[in-house]
Amino acid sequence: MVGKCSSAPPRVTLEDITKHFGPVVANDGVDFTLADAEIHALLGENGAGKTTLMNILYGLYRPDSGAIRVEGEIVQFDSPREAIAHGIGMVHQHFMLVPALTVLENVILGMRSKHEPLLDFGDFRRRVMDTARSYNLAVDVDARVSQLPVGVQQRVEILKALFRGARTLILDEPTAVLTPQEVDQFFDVLKGLREAGYSIVLITHKLHEVTALCDRVTVLRGGRVVGVERADNVTREQLARMMVGRDLPRSGERQEITPGAPVLEIEGIECLNARRLAALRGISLAVRRGEIVGIAGVDGNGQSELAEVIAGLRAPTAGQVRINGRDCTGATPRRCFDAGLGHIPQDRLGTGLVPELSVADNLVLQTHADSPFAQWGTLDRDAIAENAERQLEAFSIRAGSRDTATNTLSGGNQQKVILAREFSRHPDIMLAVQPTRGLDIAAAQFVHERLLAARAGNTGVLLISTELDEIMALSDRIAVIFEGRIVGVLDSATASRERVGLMMAGQDDDATARAAI
Amino acid sequence: MDVMLSEVFWIGLIAAAIRLATPILLASLGEILAERAGILNIGIEGMLLIGAFGGFLASHGTGSPWIGVLGGMIAGMALALLFAYLTITLAADQIVCGIMANLLAFGVTGFGHRVIFGMTTVIPSAPPLADWHIPGLAAIPVLGPILFQQNPLVYLGLVLVVACWFMLFRTSWGLKLRAVGEHPLAADSVGVSVRQVRYAAVLACGGLAGIGGAFLSLSQLSMFVEEMSAGRGFIALAVVIFARWHPVGALGASILFGAAEALQFRLQAQAADIPFQFLAILPYVLTVIALVSIVGRSVQPAALTRPYHKEGH
Ligand SMILES: Nc1ncnc2c1ncn2[C@@H]1O[C@H](COP(=O)(O)OP(=O)(O)OP(=O)(O)O)[C@@H](O)[C@H]1O
Ligand SMILES: [Mg+2]
Repeated sequence: MVGKCSSAPPRVTLEDITKHFGPVVANDGVDFTLADAEIHALLGENGAGKTTLMNILYGLYRPDSGAIRVEGEIVQFDSPREAIAHGIGMVHQHFMLVPALTVLENVILGMRSKHEPLLDFGDFRRRVMDTARSYNLAVDVDARVSQLPVGVQQRVEILKALFRGARTLILDEPTAVLTPQEVDQFFDVLKGLREAGYSIVLITHKLHEVTALCDRVTVLRGGRVVGVERADNVTREQLARMMVGRDLPRSGERQEITPGAPVLEIEGIECLNARRLAALRGISLAVRRGEIVGIAGVDGNGQSELAEVIAGLRAPTAGQVRINGRDCTGATPRRCFDAGLGHIPQDRLGTGLVPELSVADNLVLQTHADSPFAQWGTLDRDAIAENAERQLEAFSIRAGSRDTATNTLSGGNQQKVILAREFSRHPDIMLAVQPTRGLDIAAAQFVHERLLAARAGNTGVLLISTELDEIMALSDRIAVIFEGRIVGVLDSATASRERVGLMMAGQDDDATARAAI
Repeated sequence: MDVMLSEVFWIGLIAAAIRLATPILLASLGEILAERAGILNIGIEGMLLIGAFGGFLASHGTGSPWIGVLGGMIAGMALALLFAYLTITLAADQIVCGIMANLLAFGVTGFGHRVIFGMTTVIPSAPPLADWHIPGLAAIPVLGPILFQQNPLVYLGLVLVVACWFMLFRTSWGLKLRAVGEHPLAADSVGVSVRQVRYAAVLACGGLAGIGGAFLSLSQLSMFVEEMSAGRGFIALAVVIFARWHPVGALGASILFGAAEALQFRLQAQAADIPFQFLAILPYVLTVIALVSIVGRSVQPAALTRPYHKEGH
């Protein structure tokens, strides 16, 4: 057996996997191999079938046909329990943590303890902390998950998989919710795991992550494999073309526009966060018609609270918000919408959509009571259906039909439903929070074009994003937020990445001093 | 009114409060298990009632009150099994199925009682479950009569408070149960069978409610009266909210309701000038006050009343 090492079977092989959801073919004869100690990227547009394929490997879905081999041996997984027993762990796009339980409880959930059914918390705590330490995953094991920032929750998910003895890790868009600093740390963790012999599948939309970190890449399009490449053998342009099936058009040119009257004015806003600590400490800002103002900052510096205050979801403790000159301080979301606000919220399933309702219904969430969608207080189903068809087409949303429940859409397509709804209302001011999170490159570019088009159409845009590239590319002015204050506003023509980066970290003395005056 | 100030009155009142709290306590412990697993079982009223009937029948038939308790438990579990099948396997609406379980229990027990015992003037009775005087402890002044001269099911209830707490927070079963009630998909994704856990929780709930029902028909008077659960199951639902889904809280809240009932009996006997209807509503008024005062402040299990469908299979 010794000499046979080189021809040892791969860690995981998926052979000719096909999976339908009703009329939708999510996977269509997919072959996939994962070698020992490799990081393998899985690329593809929104709805290409990446998550479905990995859910099949993890035992959450049963394939219609095809075979799974682990270490060369044919296996059949009826539930994740069996996949876990074969050393497979998965971190989902939407985390699978129980918010009301502690980190420790989440990590050990479903595991056999030494004295089943007694839980030996002392023993578990020691072992979980050992695992966390050996892979540099710093977490407080006794904290309640609901109180942890997403970056830490993700560490909990990885810890959970490793603690169950996973040797193969599936990570579904892990970096979508991380800040640039966290991404660097996270990549170090992954490299450490690869050295220790772990195999990793990394689903991502960020092409530079593929070239920077991965060994091989498999590209899916419309449920089929369109290519498997060595990551050091392809360029980002080639990958993009494989994913989309055509060359990506160059992004549209920015038109020169003289900004008009202010549509959103914020003065001296202060507010508390969910834990009743100061989140915003006096924020003033104005967005004029025809300009994009970007808010740059590391996640957790008050961006969410700022967006909530503007959208009428959180009452400020001081200050004023005016939309189109109308006082909307502490107003209901309805009043904010009526005053001309469009809102692409950060949390698409929680705030942006009613996940159980159909796509068509979600598209008229604010307007369902107005003409043409309602007459005399009854819904006009035909009008709603017609609107849905138009939006599905215009935003190329991949859904089985307009009556599909929104929570069965792929992550990126859910985001597109929100975009379609908000843009079609032609707001005067668009509040866009992480508008491209989870979107594939073509869709992200599409959103950027939409935002630029809105700007050209004399809409004001307030773009809140932790993606510095996105902020730099789109904004006319960049406001940097740090610990609940705007520490400086820069003209994007003259702002450098380095300067903004320093300010985001709270290290630009010049600007800090100015804001303190 | 000076009787109210005597020691005898108070000892009697507290002892009665604990006794009357017992069926509510047993039912609410069961309900906590079901709700913590994500199943709102408003059929608990019916499970109490059918437990009372089953317990009475088994004791009457075999002559052994302990077999009666067992019979009550089995009757409660049988109804719970039907409820579980509808709500878990068929994912039917939990409220509707709960109402159905209650109506079914009212019908079956009323009809069954008449068919089996006919319309006699002699009220049928069964061997009752005698009180246990715990040797030594029962003689302690004040505490003895309150705590140690009670019905064995009272002791069982107290033991089960600790047992439920321990099960929920110190065993892997409890951890799975809580996870299933909060985020079933997450539990499923680490290999916990949502269905198994929910079935177990609902059956345990039915069993506990059944024992609570057997207490109603086998302690003291030892007879079955139609609709004798008299809303105690619904009170147990309020107790669970009041207790914030915690067994120890359920003990406190049940005793509060038991005290209201005990006080009501005593006042009826002594304050003849107050119409008894006013006193009889005391526990129910307390329920309303409790619910109003707690509403919005307690957090229920996130997946309560939500059926779980497994996708993609
Ligand atoms: N549970 C489900 N029920 C019905 N359709 C589904 C379900 N899960 C996925 N689909 C459909 O299958 C297709 C593939 O979805 P999948 O989630 O695998 O895409 P993805 O590649 O992960 O996309 P994204 O990058 O947006 O996350 C989509 O069209 C989606 O709508
Ligand atoms: Mg996906």
